[in-house]
Amino acid sequence: MSSNNLKLTLKIWRQESISSKGRFEEFKVTVSPDASILEMLDEINDNLERQGKKPVAFESDCREGICGTCGLVINGHPHGKIPKIATCQLHMRNFKDGETIYIEPFRAKSFPVLKDLIVDRSALDEVLYAGGYISVNTGGVPDANEILIPKDVAARAMDAAECIGCGACVAACKNASAMLFVGAKVSQYSFLPQGQPERYKRVQSMVAKMDEMGFGSCTNTYACEAECPKGISVTNIARMNNDFIFAKIGSTEVEI
Amino acid sequence: MLDLVVIDGLAKGIVCRNLVTGEIEKYSAQAVLLCTGGYSNVYFLSTNAMNCNTTAIWRAHKKGAAFANACYTQIHPTCLPLHGESQSKLTLMSESLRNDGRIWVPKKKGDTRKANDIPEEERDYYLEKKYPSFGNLSPRDISSRSAKEVCDEGRGAEGGDAVYLDFSDAIKRLGQHLIEERYGNLFDVYKTITGENPYNVPMKIYPAPHYTMGGLWVDYNLMSTIPGLFILGEANFSDHGANRLGASALMQGLADGYFVAPYTVGNYLAGDKPEKANIDHSEFNNTQKEVEDNIKKLLSINGKKTVDEIHKKLGRIMWNKVGMARNEKKLKEGIIEIKELREEFKKDVKVVGQNEDINQTLERAGRVADYLELGELMAVDALHRNESCGGHFREEYQFEDGEAKRDDANYSYVAAWEYESPGKWNLNKEPLQFENVKLATRSYK
Repeated sequence: MSSNNLKLTLKIWRQESISSKGRFEEFKVTVSPDASILEMLDEINDNLERQGKKPVAFESDCREGICGTCGLVINGHPHGKIPKIATCQLHMRNFKDGETIYIEPFRAKSFPVLKDLIVDRSALDEVLYAGGYISVNTGGVPDANEILIPKDVAARAMDAAECIGCGACVAACKNASAMLFVGAKVSQYSFLPQGQPERYKRVQSMVAKMDEMGFGSCTNTYACEAECPKGISVTNIARMNNDFIFAKIGSTEVEI
Repeated sequence: MLDLVVIDGLAKGIVCRNLVTGEIEKYSAQAVLLCTGGYSNVYFLSTNAMNCNTTAIWRAHKKGAAFANACYTQIHPTCLPLHGESQSKLTLMSESLRNDGRIWVPKKKGDTRKANDIPEEERDYYLEKKYPSFGNLSPRDISSRSAKEVCDEGRGAEGGDAVYLDFSDAIKRLGQHLIEERYGNLFDVYKTITGENPYNVPMKIYPAPHYTMGGLWVDYNLMSTIPGLFILGEANFSDHGANRLGASALMQGLADGYFVAPYTVGNYLAGDKPEKANIDHSEFNNTQKEVEDNIKKLLSINGKKTVDEIHKKLGRIMWNKVGMARNEKKLKEGIIEIKELREEFKKDVKVVGQNEDINQTLERAGRVADYLELGELMAVDALHRNESCGGHFREEYQFEDGEAKRDDANYSYVAAWEYESPGKWNLNKEPLQFENVKLATRSYK
């Protein structure tokens, strides 16, 4: 460890189980500026385990900002204050020596806290099961250039598909709305020819499931876009609303 | 998944631990497909995600599925170097960077000057020098080994374990705009992680374990040596031989999942009309009990070493003794050290908490216990293969210029290891037959 290590005070949310009451626990740590915030938690946990104490439960997997597993609220911001990164990409050099950092789980009615910093995000999976896929059989491999897709259309579909499903948009929203997530998932298909057959059925099913899972409505504060680690644009919400309205006018209502 | 259930020699289901409640659950099925990935995390630090583990295939191996070519591991040349002891994983920078980046180290040993302070004539573009025709795009094993060589000589970037990947020539030639368009997101990732701007200073890279070509043995139908147990993707040993080529892991995932398994599993189901076993069958109950006993044992040791501490120790043994360049002496030492560490784990590991809860320490403890056995098999396999081949490089078997020396007369086979007891395996050899191509020695000169 180098001499420019940071001395920090951490207030970390501890909660035994889904039904118990949580509280902040204070930790004093010295950490390398090159460590990521999750590596700092790893170190804290290793020390806790050594003392026979329960480590801080938190989730992570790829640690490269592509899997969407890690999601912590750091000083009030899902994934921290720096734009367009996931929690795992937040390095300690972005904090000042002597700073106090609050680390909490995502807070939303649809994301119950299971333990410490782990929340249950299966409500997002339920929304995807409702229609976030293409069920038409794609058959054999078509010849090249048989289906023409302009580059800008492909790029916009890809931008929507960048959503990693972490749920930061829900955690950032005062209404705990999942509109940015659902908007991205709807848009990535509605741009492309393969998504057309189920376009209007998909948007109705997913929106209905989203409401059923208890996610709130969108009131256009754009907090979701600001906190999204992938910079998903709120225009995806507009596109979803557009598809939804057309579905209600132009196609048969689906039974959910 | 914590174990495979085998009834009358056929795979009939699995036993899992519910990660939220800790409940040990039984699932019965006509066939079992494991798509559970590779085992690079045996090195502790790798480019794999944190939760990647060998447990599913390792427990299936202990239930009778042969494990093939365990020593074929790929060390990827373009990863971010280690920053300290607390590092949890290594990040892969895309290989595409080598298209425009030039790799170099200082010519002088122990040169701790910053990259931009080292004049052109004191830089050693070692890959371009050694492999003029492929240069910076030399294959992964060569690039990785060469990087380790120069760092071992004490010529690493700023005296450490890293080499430079320099884009200044490409930026001069193509303009920053084009480089941004090609690699902008990768440059951003690099900056986020290291705090350095690669447009101004060369990137630092170092090899890291990335992919394991070895895995459970399968036939052309992707079925393991246990009928009804299919292995897909990196978890199996097929497709990549001794050295995987870029992008072909994705290809294998698609091919196995899209084009192979849907037909071969169907064929298996049609042939034998296998029935689902009753979940209360004695084999299910026995397996469940074994799993529960194993968990109880882990929780009761209550020693002094944390799970991560032992995993890091294992990682160091694997990296130093069963890593990029292996030799008989190091492998034999490695085997002894792994055995000792396994005993240390059994006696002195500390797994806090209980089973009936979210317990990530317990999850990791089970995985590390499996790595401690798998690591030995990797060393045993590497020791038996007296040749250099793809990702497996034995220092004793190389040409004068450092090129890998294969021994086709004696080792042109798949080594499929059958588990007998801890630390003991029986070797089965499946000869490699080449019909349309002839075995040749590669040259990247």
